[in-house]
Amino acid sequence: MADATAHYPSPWRDAGLVTGSLIVISFFAIAILAHWISPHDPLEQDLISNLLPPFWVDQHDPAFLLGTDSLGRDLLSRVIHGARIALTVAVLAAGFAAVLGTVMGLIAGFYGGWIDSFISRLVDIWMSFPAVLLSIVLVAVLGTGLHSVVIAIGIIDWTRFCRVIRAETKVQREQDYVAAGRALGLTGPAIILKEILPNLLPVLMTLFCLEMGIAVVVEAILSFVGLSLSSDAPTWGGLIEEGRQYVHEAWWVMLIPMLCILTLVIALNACGEGIRRVYDPVMHK
Amino acid sequence: MSLKQFLQRLLLALPTLFGVSLVVFFLMRVVPGDPIAMMTPPGATEADVAQLRALYGLDKPIITQYVIWLGALFQGDLGTSISLRQDVFSLILERMPATLELAFLSTMIAIALCLILSLAGAYFRDRIIPRAVDAIASTAQAVPDFLWGLIFILLLGVAWPLFPISGRINPRLDHDLVSQFYLFESLIKLDFSLALELLRHLLLPAIALALPMTGIVTRLLKVSLEETWKQDYITMARARGFSRWYILRKEALRNALIPTVTLGGVQLTFLLGGTVLIEKLFSYPGIGNMAIGAVIQRDLPLIQGLILTFAVMFIVINLLIDLSYSWLNPRMRHG
Repeated sequence: MADATAHYPSPWRDAGLVTGSLIVISFFAIAILAHWISPHDPLEQDLISNLLPPFWVDQHDPAFLLGTDSLGRDLLSRVIHGARIALTVAVLAAGFAAVLGTVMGLIAGFYGGWIDSFISRLVDIWMSFPAVLLSIVLVAVLGTGLHSVVIAIGIIDWTRFCRVIRAETKVQREQDYVAAGRALGLTGPAIILKEILPNLLPVLMTLFCLEMGIAVVVEAILSFVGLSLSSDAPTWGGLIEEGRQYVHEAWWVMLIPMLCILTLVIALNACGEGIRRVYDPVMHK
Repeated sequence: MSLKQFLQRLLLALPTLFGVSLVVFFLMRVVPGDPIAMMTPPGATEADVAQLRALYGLDKPIITQYVIWLGALFQGDLGTSISLRQDVFSLILERMPATLELAFLSTMIAIALCLILSLAGAYFRDRIIPRAVDAIASTAQAVPDFLWGLIFILLLGVAWPLFPISGRINPRLDHDLVSQFYLFESLIKLDFSLALELLRHLLLPAIALALPMTGIVTRLLKVSLEETWKQDYITMARARGFSRWYILRKEALRNALIPTVTLGGVQLTFLLGGTVLIEKLFSYPGIGNMAIGAVIQRDLPLIQGLILTFAVMFIVINLLIDLSYSWLNPRMRHG
């Protein structure tokens, strides 16, 4: 029998995964290095040079590479600092949803019975609410701010993890290695954590990438409608909101953050799908 | 579905509504921030605040507040909006038709696109068209309605200004519409130039809302059609010499629609939820746009009224989905 890893194609050969990861890593690098690489302070106003166009349009100012907003704040710096907020929310919210959903999914899938029916029913009810509406109501209850955005996304989207993890756990539970673990006298939680969970990591990573993409969009939506951070904070959604007001005079204020969101979301989806392609044994049949 | 079954379904919706009202009421009571403090001018005395509090019934125990609220609700009294100082029920009634028209048009676009794409994907057996359908469907699904809206605003509203990007109607336009259902009324009155003007405002938000739903439902319907295609009765029809198109349309589609309708129903509620955001994005004067304003203003009576309105709409959609099952699948009519 060949080496077990030989069944998996090399992740480096998957074009989608490699490109997606490179883009996501660059966004992370930009977010982490935001203070050092942004050419201006994102809050610094220069009212004389407001609504300047980006470099590829006539009458641009080389000091402001991507132009300025209505208060003369440098768009490049605001977009760079926006990446920091977007990715912070993405990681924390997806992490929260993943932990909550995975725990519930593992319990439901492994133990079955009434607890499974209860959790599954909960997931069904949860998923029948429109997410956007629910998140706006939740933020209304929790108050505005980053922590509420993170909590709201986690509370709404744990179901995405729970459903998949539950189904996968049900499959894994029937495998010989779980029976072997039982024969060795391992307790339920030990089997779940040491035996089943490692096998679910590829699925979890896929879901995590997709959820980060969703969180980026939801954060943008909430800051667009004014329920995330104050309008001073350089969020992508806040920039879009501002750009929407001046869209006929300065379309770039809306275009640039939109392209950032679109690129990041597509890259995160490509990562998720790529991980699934490379590591999901079912797809290799 | 017989009339009796229909009425039973209708009755079943009542406990759901009661549950929603309970959740909404108590959820809104734990909201941080004091709405009374926000509506009083600086320098208002304690007595002024207490008077306002009594006016809105906020000084009574919470259970009493709920009973009062529920009792008023049955009489169509949803209270007075704190930020707009108007009756909530009439505010919602005034804005609702705009949202209904948007959601209706969007649903029609989604259904039309789904049918065209999935039928084309199942009909053509070459390599290009089914793949193109898959690509279109997954792109439509992958990009959320918010981003579709932004893309449309930039491309078709600004770069190539074919469509207006805000409002429902040109404010400078004189019209003598009496109802709030502008589009339906203009169509009934056969005023096509006005209808066209309204459609120009509606089209971009409606398509932005329709696309994610189109993507998901098309994918399922195409697979479902392909599955149905393997059934014996289809083989039978093919052996009898009916054309591929005839069989797809007359024999396969109806059965393939059954799993699709369930998903479509869920997606329809998501579409309705999406109006909140799309209306804000396109400055469209519906209840969704009003909901965001209400949340930002912490206008409790208005938020409650709007959530209840959305809940009623979701219940109605689910009822319609149930009805469509028995239309699609005769076996379920006497279940």
